[in-house]
This record gives sequence, structure tokens and C-alpha cells, in this order.
Amino acid sequence: MRYAETGYNLEIDLSTGNIEKVATDPQDTELYLGGLGTNAKILWDRVGPEVEPFSEKNILIFSAGLLCGTPATGCNRTIVSSISPQTLLMGYSMMGGFFAPELKYAGYDKIIFRGKSPKLVYLWIHNDKVELRDASHLAGKGAVQTDTIIKEELEQPKAHVASIGLAGENRVHYASIEQGRSSASRLGLGAVMGDKKLKAIAVRGTKSIEIARPAEFVELCDEVMEYIKFREENPIKGVPPILAGLGSPQEMKLHDEKWHTENFTWGNARVRRKEFWNEEIEKQWSTTMDGVQTRLLSCYNCPMKCGASINVPGISTYMMKCYSKLTYTMAAFSDLDFGFKIVQKATEYGVDGFTCPQVIAFAIECYEDGVLTDKDMPEFPSDSEGRFYYLLEKIVHREGIGDILANGTHWAAEAIGNGAHKYAHNNIKKHEQLPLKLGMLHPLYFLMYCTGEKLNITQIEGNFPQAAFATQEEKEEFVKDWHQVPDEKFKQWVLDWNLRGDNSIPYYPTPQMSSEIVDWQERMHFIDDSLGTCAGLSSFPLKPAYHMHNYPKFISAGAGFDMDENKLTQAARRNRTLVRAINIRRGMRRKDEVPPEDHWKKRFPELEKDLLDTYYAFRGWNEDGVPTKEYLHEIGLDYVAEDFIARGILKEKGSKPITDESKGS
Amino acid sequence: MSVDEKKKKKVIKIDVDKCNGCRACEAICSAFHAEPKYSNINPEKSRIRVFFDPIRDVYVPVYASEYTGAECSGRGEFTIDEKTYDECCFCGASCPARDLFKDPDCGLPLKCDMCLDDPPQEEPLCVKWCLSDALTYEETDDDEEKEEPKDEMETGLKSLIEKYGFKKVMEILAEKEKTAKGKGAKEE
Repeated sequence: MRYAETGYNLEIDLSTGNIEKVATDPQDTELYLGGLGTNAKILWDRVGPEVEPFSEKNILIFSAGLLCGTPATGCNRTIVSSISPQTLLMGYSMMGGFFAPELKYAGYDKIIFRGKSPKLVYLWIHNDKVELRDASHLAGKGAVQTDTIIKEELEQPKAHVASIGLAGENRVHYASIEQGRSSASRLGLGAVMGDKKLKAIAVRGTKSIEIARPAEFVELCDEVMEYIKFREENPIKGVPPILAGLGSPQEMKLHDEKWHTENFTWGNARVRRKEFWNEEIEKQWSTTMDGVQTRLLSCYNCPMKCGASINVPGISTYMMKCYSKLTYTMAAFSDLDFGFKIVQKATEYGVDGFTCPQVIAFAIECYEDGVLTDKDMPEFPSDSEGRFYYLLEKIVHREGIGDILANGTHWAAEAIGNGAHKYAHNNIKKHEQLPLKLGMLHPLYFLMYCTGEKLNITQIEGNFPQAAFATQEEKEEFVKDWHQVPDEKFKQWVLDWNLRGDNSIPYYPTPQMSSEIVDWQERMHFIDDSLGTCAGLSSFPLKPAYHMHNYPKFISAGAGFDMDENKLTQAARRNRTLVRAINIRRGMRRKDEVPPEDHWKKRFPELEKDLLDTYYAFRGWNEDGVPTKEYLHEIGLDYVAEDFIARGILKEKGSKPITDESKGS
Repeated sequence: MSVDEKKKKKVIKIDVDKCNGCRACEAICSAFHAEPKYSNINPEKSRIRVFFDPIRDVYVPVYASEYTGAECSGRGEFTIDEKTYDECCFCGASCPARDLFKDPDCGLPLKCDMCLDDPPQEEPLCVKWCLSDALTYEETDDDEEKEEPKDEMETGLKSLIEKYGFKKVMEILAEKEKTAKGKGAKEE
């Protein structure tokens, strides 16, 4: 009997149409937990570094996390993994919603696609009945539209559908996979789906998921629920409203956008408008919000309301998740009304709400500075909003300049030449980052930006405060009920951390402390992504409901194998290292671990070197960022060490890498 | 059951405007009614289902009510936001016209029992797990005469008898008894 998981994966060869139900090894669950962890194991085993993203040999995995479909609150994430066409590294993007639990109830933990279908198809899973169906009538259809059509033609209103729009079909490098009120947006996994000619997956399941120790498990769930209620009633003091509660940023609930509009940059991630927010704008934006929002929405089995139904008069309804409300608005120097309208189109086309507006803003800036001309953009409108609609169409159709822009700012700049790379200034490892430009280097954020394997700051930051508290009273107030800390020393570091003067950034927290804080934060994310818990209840907010002390109990009571804090830490580190190993094998090294040059005005090259050296050493990596043979042995990844040695990435003896520029990305 | 409890009328109030469509009610209901309690989870076995049509912003929690042996002779239709919904979408009956409110493994009808438990739960668990207050619970004094609640097995047997006839059910039961005895009653 398997608990919490089903013990079966679906293996689908799209080239031949072969479908198999394959039993999985329970030992893999104990080692890698599930979700991201077991996805990484499969990618490591099956996809060599020579495999291109758009190749029959690339695989695309849709996985539920280990606790998805159990009564554990907020465990509903689908972890999609493949090789990203944008970064050429491992891409793992995730979505909430209802897909993962439904997949579990249908009897599967993962769907693994390989090959390419000769024609456009969709997959229909109804418990034991699994079939590939013709999707030629869905070609060019919007992602939301596709969802509706499929449910109607199958006569299955309770099915859940993950689909791509035109952007995915046309292999736009930042195409998303949309699913109801959620999407797996980052790193272009929708393009991989499109390359495989897979328009959608529909799933309906009516089977049970078993719990190993039921009474104990439900008691843990009740505790989490009680704590969520407590946190709703007791927001954290001394931090902006956006950081005070649980959930992903409560963008659909909050009307106060001072924090984002004044701290994040506008246009092509350059202009900070420090005096932007005022009463008049608040009033106007609140009216817009109230006018289009019909309901706040939750994901499966979660009381947080991070999404909303959006109904703009004259255009069809869609569901929005947190921050896309502002990304187009701010990239276009426009207002919220424009944001809500264009996101409807962007959702149907299926593009990443972070990257797409930045690509468009990048093109507009290139045009204004003469790097791109009227020849590249015939009949280019003069107003910002018009330009956004114009370029969005060009991109998703891959028409004219859109064909170049569809590859993201890094690759577009390379193709445009003429100094365009200066405009692609907000990338890490070829991937567009949050539009943030700040003053003083922040040691924690420096490390997280450089080394975060997800390439996305929101997927690595979280449990530790972003900034020091202003007064001693605030510090003491904050640490007094901070039971989530894995070690008491973190409290002391908050107490000692000052906004200015001694013990302030960039030198405090010290490189050693910074390494340990980053380790805690990313450990939480890697656990969430393997269990399928939403970061909004765990790794993302301050003082979350799930933490290092209750997680082991959830796993033991739910999945039925022994787990404690040490073992869980090891599993998280193992998964973190395995994802890195895949990227290392694909050529990623220290030279790639740099933040955007203009991310902070004040930079400290020596300190930055010290930070990376310290973190690498703390992690068990050599000075080039490659996990050492000794460390790989310690966390049970000897097979990775053997592969590294065979490929000359590590030497047989010692940990020094073989320096070879040609191995670089 | 104490004398006091008998007099209570138990009501779950549903505010569809407050529903955020998370279906936590389904999750916990199915877990609570698993045998042994909480040992598995399967929304298809829940005695509350949220009827949802996200694109039209329709979310309606529906409770499993009486088992019925025959479907309605005629049906009403509801039009909401220009879309027409069959009356069945909002009906709680376990009926031959559809799969809703039937155990997907054995086909037996499901019915909300307000989380009957010993010791009693403070409120039905769907209400407890609904943090958005779309579901709230009220107990009021009830003067009406009440029919003794039938237990699940009785309802299940009744539905089998209606569907297959008394004779057929008895034949199968007799057969089962024989097999059980033959195997030293190892099988349930």
C-alpha cells in the first residue's frame, strides 16, 4: 500500500502514441520526496546535457507533489519540469489550482511526456482510461477557451484542464501553461508543450488517496488551519501590508499598491517613481479593481484567496493570479484599467506575465533609441498602450520583429545586435527578473539572485525578514512568537540587525550568516516544491503555517515513512543539489551567477566574492560552483559524482574542476 | 444521543457569494466519512459538492440529500448570466439520473449526516473548514416530529432492493454467506 501518493506514473510517448502506467520505486519517495525532487531525478537519468529543449529527446513532466490530494491545506501544486528553451537549463515552473489533486484522484503522481506528436493532440485522463485525442479543432484557440471547449466536448464539467494558447503553439520562449485560475508561466515550458504538439491535458479522477496515520495527520491539519486563522487576525506588525499576511502577495485583495508602484521599476525595468502613489490614484485604482473583480478565488483546499475572477465589460471573463495585475500596467507606464484588459489577451495567448511585458518594454526602448526602426516595426503606434497590443500580437504570431522578440530579451538582443544587449539589462542566466532597482547591495538577496536555481527571486526568498526592523521594540516584538525558526540563532541575528550604522547591510548579516539564512529559505522552497505545498503558506511569507518543525510530522503521518528534521534537511539539500547538478552538466558555472549589473547602485566586488565563496563552501561546492565528490557522497548522490568525473567536470581526486571554457554555456 | 440533542434542528447555511471555490469542504467531508475515519480522501465520496462554472463565476455548494429510486418526471432550468443550467446542477438527491452523491467504488447513495460522531463534533466539518464563512452552522430548537434517522447501511440496502429487487439481493447475500463460510470467514 502506498500512502499520500499513488505509486504510479503515466509514461506517454507522443511520437508513437504509446501510453503506459508504470509503478514507481517507493525508495525514490523517501530520498527525493516527490514533485520537484523526483522530477529532477527523472530528468537527470533520462535527459543528457546534449538534449536540446525542442528535441524529441527532451521530456516534459507534470507532477503532483507528495502531499497533493491529502487533506493538508494548500497542497495543490503541479510542478512542471523540462529543459527551458530560454535558459537551456532545467526549467521548473509550478501552478496551483486543481490539476495536481485531480491527477492523484485519477491514480497518478506524474505524467511524463517524451517524443513529439505528428499532429496537435490533447491528453484525456479519466481514471484508468487514458487517451490522446485529436486537437486540430483547437489550433490557435485561447488557453481559457480551450479549457471550456474540452470540458464541453467531453461532457465533463468537473475535469481540470492545463492548456497552452497560441504562444505555446508557436514556441514563444516564455509561453505559459494555463490552468483555471493558475498558470505555470516561467521559463517557457508552454513552448516545450507546443513543440511536442500537445495542446492540453484534461484530467478527471474519482479514486481515493490513502493516509498512513489518519488521526495524527488530521490533527496536524487542524493545527495548520487554526494557525492560518490566527495569522489572518494578527497581521505582522512593522512590515508593509503586502508582507504582513499569509498567501502569495494578496494582490487581488489589496488596494494599497504604494509598495509595488514605488519600489518596483516602470518601463523597461529602469524608472523608479518614488512619489507615485497618492490618494487620487488610490481612489481611481480602487474603483477599477471593484469594477472588474467579481469574486476572490482560492486553489484546491486552501482558504487563502490569491486569485480573482476578472470581468472587464466587453471582453470575456478570465481568472487572475496575484501580480500580473501590475506587470503590464507598470511596463507600459499606464494604469490599472489597461493592465486588466491586456492580461485577458495575454492569458488567452498564454504568455508569462513577468517576461512578456519586459520584452515589450525592451523593444519600445530599443525603438525610441533607434536600435529598432520603423522598418522593424511598420505602422508602430505612437501611444504606449497601442504599442503593447501591437507587439503582443507580433510576438504570439511570431510575425516580423515578433519572431525575434518571442525568444526573450537575451536572445532578441543577440539577434538584433546594434548595441541591443544594453537594453536586455535585467536578466540572470538569460531570464528576465523582477523589475527592481535598488540602492545598497543586500547580502542575502545577492546570494539568492546569483544562486537561485529557479532563477526567480520569489521562489527562493521568504521566511527571513527582507529588511532590518527600525527599533529594538519592533525586533523583539517580531522574534517573540517566531517558532518557525529552525534554530534559535536566527532570532539573535534579527535582534542584532540594524537599518543603518553597525550591523547593517551590506556587511551584516555576515557572509556565513547569509549562507545559513539563504540555506533555510531555499530549503523551505525545495521542500514545498517536492510536497506540492503552496509557498504562500510556507516558504514565501514571514511566520508561515508550515515549517521545519511540523513538516516532518506531516510526511511521516501522511506518507508513512520515518521523517525527522535532519532527514528532511538532507532530502531538501539532495533535491537542491540534483537540480544544480543537471544545470552544471549543461555548462552552468560560477561565471553565470551574477545579478543584473544595475540591480544595486552600490556594489562591493570584494564582499560579493566573499559571499559567493562562503556560500559555495557552506553548500559543499567547489570554487566554481560544482558540488564536490565528498559532498555528493554525503547526501547520497554518488551517481552524480561518477557522472561528473566521467565527463571531466570533476577530477577523480580532490574537488577542483577542470577549467574548460568550451564547456561553458 | 441525549434528549437535549433530539430537540435541536441543525441547519447549514450556504452563502454562495462568499464561496471562493476551494472545495476544502469536499476534502474534509470525504476524509471524515472514510472507514477508518480520515484514512483516505476522495472528493467524489463527499456529501457536499461545489457546483462550479468558473468562467461564469458560479459556485454553489450542494449537500447530498435523500436517495431516490426514480429520477424527476420533469425538470426545471435555471438561467444564470445567460447560461442555462439543468436543475440537477443544484439538486442534492442521490438519483439514478446521474453519478453525483454515489460512492464511486460501490455505487451506494451518499447522504449528509451533519458529521454524526461520538463524541459529537462541535459543528459539521465542512463548516469548520470553510474559513470564508460561505458555510455556517446553526442549531435551533425544533418542535416538529422527527423521523428516526436511518443508518447508512439501511439506506444502502434499500436502494439496492429498489434497483435489483428483494429476491436478487437476498440471493447474493446468501451466496456471500456461503463463500465466507467456505473460506473460514477470512473475507469481509
